[in-house]
Amino acid sequence: MESAVCVSFGRAPFFLLYDTESKTENFVPNTAADAQGGAGLKAAQLVVDMGADTLLTVRCGQNAADVLVAAGIKVYKTAAPTVAENLRDFAEGKLSVMTQFHAGFHGRQ
Amino acid sequence: MKIAVLSGKGGTGKTFTSVNLAAAANRATYIDCDVEEPNGRLFFKPEGVEAQSISTLIPTFNAGKCNGCRKCVDFCRFNALVYVKDKPMVFPEVCHSCGGCALVCPSGAVTEIKKVVGSVESGVSGNVRIITGVMNLGEASGIPIIKAALKKSGIAEELTVIDCPPGSACPVMESVQSADYCLLVAEPTAFGLHNFEMVHELTALLGKPCGVIINKADGEYLPLDKFLADHKIPVLCRIPYSERLAQLGADAEIAVKCDADMAALFHTLLADIRKEAAG
Repeated sequence: MESAVCVSFGRAPFFLLYDTESKTENFVPNTAADAQGGAGLKAAQLVVDMGADTLLTVRCGQNAADVLVAAGIKVYKTAAPTVAENLRDFAEGKLSVMTQFHAGFHGRQ
Repeated sequence: MKIAVLSGKGGTGKTFTSVNLAAAANRATYIDCDVEEPNGRLFFKPEGVEAQSISTLIPTFNAGKCNGCRKCVDFCRFNALVYVKDKPMVFPEVCHSCGGCALVCPSGAVTEIKKVVGSVESGVSGNVRIITGVMNLGEASGIPIIKAALKKSGIAEELTVIDCPPGSACPVMESVQSADYCLLVAEPTAFGLHNFEMVHELTALLGKPCGVIINKADGEYLPLDKFLADHKIPVLCRIPYSERLAQLGADAEIAVKCDADMAALFHTLLADIRKEAAG
């Protein structure tokens, strides 16, 4: 929980599935992390399939955002470095909804 | 004979070389595979141009027939499909039109529809047939257009010059695959050499014979000379930077038609390539 949130959504090594009611945490390996292409789409599918209703991430591409929106998942932009700080900020209503999505990096940095 | 002209870095003189090579031959076909910015036609000003529309296939899903098995989503190695709220979604710009989703669907819910991505224009300029691949703005992949343009290559006995896109990725591989010889246009700069090494690796991987033309060759750039010597890549000619050539380019003139020295240089180059390719 003290680790930093990965700057990449699609290629993050793990997703933390956190239940705000039961306060349980479950780290899920991101099977999209080593995809040749379309990692954001595959990662978004994984988040949908995990049953999440909210996503906290540093940044997110347009394709992934389209999937998340279609699934009714709200996307918030993380503000602090660590997972624990962002969960706390989210619970206190301090995180803002992500409105800007990048066009995708597609092999570039 | 098909000669592919490539460079890695953009702006080294691929189009300059290709256009002049084709114009120096008695009869030739010039194919512009730089479909994002096909500029060869600006020099050739082809006449009698006919355009053929190029499409790719994109899947659409009949939600009523879909049983939610997700075989299509799992099959797609490009991750162009997702399954959200009991229905598949397609991302056309990620799709590579392989048709796999339609094949694996057990319930016939996938229909492929045509999507126009560009065109191939065919025209004539003197003794040169001009084939131009043109990709529509906003499209992600020019491969289907390049494939269609290359189908219009001349007969084997005649010269076909393939003006490749910059870089060394899929569109370049597609353009080079059918070539008998690769003419690499090098620029004596660090950036030019960096990308040159990448295209050389590509042509080596594809097992293509290749030779080099050093363009804008002012002074010495030892790292390039060393790389060429180390890899035994023959230097066919050097073209020094000249304001006159730059002016001719800016005026959309073909150098071999206005400059006797350039005409001689490209005739010799063509003869040397024929020798190299035969040997």
